[in-house]
Amino acid sequence: MGLLSDPNRRRALISLLTRLNSPICVVCYMAGVAWFMGLAFEPFTLRTYMSENAMGSTMVEERFPAGERALTTGREFSAHKKKAGGMPVDWLVKTMQARGLEVFTQRFSRKLPFPDENKERYMVKGTNVYGILRAPRAPRTEALVLSAPCTPGDSNNQAVGLLLGLAQYFRNQIYWAKDIIFLVNEHDLIGMQAWLEGYHHTNTTGMDWSPLQGRGGSIQAALSLELSSDVITSMDLVLEGLNGQLPNLDLANLFYAFCQKIGVLCTIQGKLQRNDWDSVSGYSHSVQTMMLMVMKQASGRPWGDHGLFLRYHIEAASIKGINSFRQYKTDVTTIGRLLEGMYRKLNNLLERLHQSYFFYLMPSLSHFVSIGYYMPAFGLLAVILLLRALDLWVQLVSSPGVLSVLTPLVISHLTGVALYTLPIQFQEMAVEQFPVSETEAVVLTAIGYNVFLFIYIGWRVLKLVAVLYLAVLLGCTALINFSLGFILALTLVPVAAFVTPHVPKVLSAFILVILSPACTLLFSVFFFQELQELPVSFQEGWLLYLSVISQGILDHFLYGSLVYPLIALLVYPCWLLFWNILFWK
Amino acid sequence: FDTSAPETVDPSSVPQPKDDFQEELVIRPLHSGDIYASFQFRTVWETDFMRGNKVSHYRLFPKSLGQVISKFSVRELHISFTQGYWRTMQWGQPFQPSPPGAELWVWFQDSAECKVYAAGCVDGTWKELTNVLSGIFCASLNFIDSTNTVQPSASFKPLGIGNETDHRFLRYATLPREIVCTENLTPWKKLLPCGSKAGLAVLLKSEKLFHSSFHSQAVHIRPVCQDWQCKTTSWELRQTLNVVFDLHNSAQGKREWSLFKMFSRTLTEACPLASSSKIYIDITDNPQGEQFEVSPATPLLSQAVVLGDRRTFSVYDLTQQITFGTVRSLNLLIRWKSSEGDMLRPLLHAERYVAGYGLQTGEIHTLMYNNHPYRSFPVLLLDSVPWYLRLYIHTLTVTSKGKDNKPSYIHYQPSKDRLRPHLLEMLVQLPPNSVTEVTVQFERALLKWTEYTPDPNHGFYVGSSVISSLVPSIVAMDTNSTRERPLFSSFFPCKEESSYFVRVYTEPLLVNLPTPDFSMPYNVICLTCTVVAVGYGSLYNLLTRSFQIEEPSPGLAKRIANIIRKMRGVPPL
Repeated sequence: MGLLSDPNRRRALISLLTRLNSPICVVCYMAGVAWFMGLAFEPFTLRTYMSENAMGSTMVEERFPAGERALTTGREFSAHKKKAGGMPVDWLVKTMQARGLEVFTQRFSRKLPFPDENKERYMVKGTNVYGILRAPRAPRTEALVLSAPCTPGDSNNQAVGLLLGLAQYFRNQIYWAKDIIFLVNEHDLIGMQAWLEGYHHTNTTGMDWSPLQGRGGSIQAALSLELSSDVITSMDLVLEGLNGQLPNLDLANLFYAFCQKIGVLCTIQGKLQRNDWDSVSGYSHSVQTMMLMVMKQASGRPWGDHGLFLRYHIEAASIKGINSFRQYKTDVTTIGRLLEGMYRKLNNLLERLHQSYFFYLMPSLSHFVSIGYYMPAFGLLAVILLLRALDLWVQLVSSPGVLSVLTPLVISHLTGVALYTLPIQFQEMAVEQFPVSETEAVVLTAIGYNVFLFIYIGWRVLKLVAVLYLAVLLGCTALINFSLGFILALTLVPVAAFVTPHVPKVLSAFILVILSPACTLLFSVFFFQELQELPVSFQEGWLLYLSVISQGILDHFLYGSLVYPLIALLVYPCWLLFWNILFWK
Repeated sequence: FDTSAPETVDPSSVPQPKDDFQEELVIRPLHSGDIYASFQFRTVWETDFMRGNKVSHYRLFPKSLGQVISKFSVRELHISFTQGYWRTMQWGQPFQPSPPGAELWVWFQDSAECKVYAAGCVDGTWKELTNVLSGIFCASLNFIDSTNTVQPSASFKPLGIGNETDHRFLRYATLPREIVCTENLTPWKKLLPCGSKAGLAVLLKSEKLFHSSFHSQAVHIRPVCQDWQCKTTSWELRQTLNVVFDLHNSAQGKREWSLFKMFSRTLTEACPLASSSKIYIDITDNPQGEQFEVSPATPLLSQAVVLGDRRTFSVYDLTQQITFGTVRSLNLLIRWKSSEGDMLRPLLHAERYVAGYGLQTGEIHTLMYNNHPYRSFPVLLLDSVPWYLRLYIHTLTVTSKGKDNKPSYIHYQPSKDRLRPHLLEMLVQLPPNSVTEVTVQFERALLKWTEYTPDPNHGFYVGSSVISSLVPSIVAMDTNSTRERPLFSSFFPCKEESSYFVRVYTEPLLVNLPTPDFSMPYNVICLTCTVVAVGYGSLYNLLTRSFQIEEPSPGLAKRIANIIRKMRGVPPL
């Protein structure tokens, strides 16, 4: 502090910072990106380990024998599903009752704000069926959930079959200390949302559901099972939930530990683990895995039925069975044993999962990057904004008039509000007047709002405000959802740092547009497809881009995802402020 | 005159207080395929512990409990230990309801010492009593203190004789977390006159009793009338044990039960000290033997109105040698013929849950179902909520069928932090065929860091709510009453049978409170906060203060020179 209170030294320090401002900024940016890329390098990451003692050293035996019978049940379910043209409620109720569960149903209905073209639904009506295995001599205070979706078509029949098989097997065991809820949800996430809202008696999204009749106390953990074939080659673990929330790392550790024990191939982001970390291809493999996680987390969508549990502080993950063209196959009995083992360990939990990390990235299933390691990458980017702000503050001669910046701020935010509200308001009108599909209408109304603003004030004051605003905004975002904050920082920080009215207008405007949130999303779509090894042509990519935007808006209205309002109400106005600075006269 | 009693002393010289011991076991095959066994052991002693009466000669009555009664001037004592939750929807009403965990309620004597400072005196006695009982029953009853003790004004009335109902002499507490196991069963069994050596108590083997869906053991002590004139009182000790065996776990899904399968023992004799020793099997649902068959068959039948329903029981008298047959051992066998397992619709049942998410606020929902088709009846709801859930009592709503249902009586005692819990008692009328929902919002308090339990992330328990009610009986509901009774007897519903007392306990709640991370990161956060707090002061100082360079005061010569320059009109040095 002595350094700063001595005026001479302070002046020297400030002059150093202002003189070397641009080089320091460039170095910080490079260092931030380099740090981030270094996170995927295996020697820099930590091995995962089981933190929770209750799940660590205790031994459980897996004895689930009835894989074949589960498949038969799955086929029966499939037949009844076809006959009923949806959820075979009566059959499921009867089957679960025969297995000794307390069975309840829940009806729900939801009208989407606009038709969802990916899943072809608008008015959604459905029924969830769930059976509760009451643990002997337990007072109904704790529960675990195992869910399987009832999807139209031929997928996930095996999941329901295995769920029922496990229910039957679990029912005959004496060791359960927590109630186990077996849930078959219709209309995937919408059904899950209805069930969770019913269970916790909240209504955040305006859905209609009938109240639940039976409960099992506070849910400690949940797994969602997706399985569409009789044999599989590997199990994939999906962690990313709503708004980029992740379950406790111990849940991933548990899955990994049991895959190792039972000998099932396990993947994360659909990528197998490789041992050659020191080779270029090995490193790029783990970069790809980590980047996929970053992209998925940044999107803020629930990437499986588990994603909605996380809001209620229930640790949850989805487990997907994948059948590819490998030689080595795993049968349903083994998957049943895997799940049995996981549930027995979860059953042993004395406390909620809390020992391990909640904020992490995974470059592979056996390694993770904790918040302490990845935050500096973001910090290096964020410090650029602070340095620029300091520079501007020093350059500012007169005291800034606060009122003068109010007008652009208000106007850009009003634009943001318009961007947030108008797509839904105007999509009906657009559909009536133009021969475009609903999704395109929504998106085009959203994009059509890139209006230019010309307001005449001292650009330095405006830029100072804009830079600080962006710093706060990105800082808060990164605390909640690191991936989103980092990706936004990666694109917006250079713009914020170097835009002034004195740079070449056309070129800068082009760069500004390229680095706008909308274009970032477009690039992300292509990049994501590339990472998944499913490259798309520009035409397909554009369609995908439109559908991603409409999905984002739907996620907001259906499940309360915050990415769309964040971009529309805060990030976009902020970007407009920089556009404003560029065209200052 | 009982000649078999080994009396050597002349009965006329020493007036021996009469005592009597009875044991019975009721077995009820449940609708769901499970089986419910309820033991009752009753000791009645014609003595008086009260008014400083020194009682030192004990025969059948356990001395440990007798001393407790006289020392703490207890008038009534009810204690239950339960592992599991009674599933009303599947099993119907139990004979003795009890909440999960431990429950203790005691009426104290209005004794002379406690006349003046009744409340404080009773509190002191209560504290001592819980500690003593904790030792007797090997349970954590010593965790009962003022933060979980309440004085219900209406829900718990004395069950014995006496009309003192001043609730200052009542204490009620539950420990929903209490785990019940063998260590609690052994001292309970030791209170029996025959121990577990003979009689029905030989069936009480812990490895089987705790391989069940539900286990509950209780001790009830109360004064009862000696004879119909009720001039003198006797003391009654009732020890009950209820257990439900599961169809899937204990019977491997086979609908066939026997004493051996349930308890891994058969019966060979009654307790020699017992005046009566009987086994009842509920065969109401099975009048012609179409549902299940019971072997060995017995000609003895008994009818009783239990919980508002007329039930028929087969009776096996263990004091008769013929009961044990030629093999000299009784192994009752119940074999089902059909398998039906639908959910029941009990007239009154209740459930409770915590609504909402996040760690700041929440809402407790209590649902009470009245499944009676046309009668409404009032229920008394008792809620005791720990102080760390701060109830917002202004948000209390009671709704039935979508309409506001105004309780006719509300007794609310707000909590005091770290001293006493919330107590909420309400008298609510339940409309026929309806669900009544009671909701109240709460805020989760931040505890001091030493107040957290060793496993804070498990959550904190809130005890069961208690719903007490007089429920219209099924017998009175029976419209087809011409079956057995003559017409002239059946126009007005008979008063005794028209309603019956039911107590329903809801499930306890597990609520998560905001919990600091007690591990290393917590220390890091504390440290960082300290550093930030210290750093903030300096930084704030820097930002708000304006710095100016102050010249050191000039020397004398310079000052004089400056004065001269000033006079000359030249700028100073």
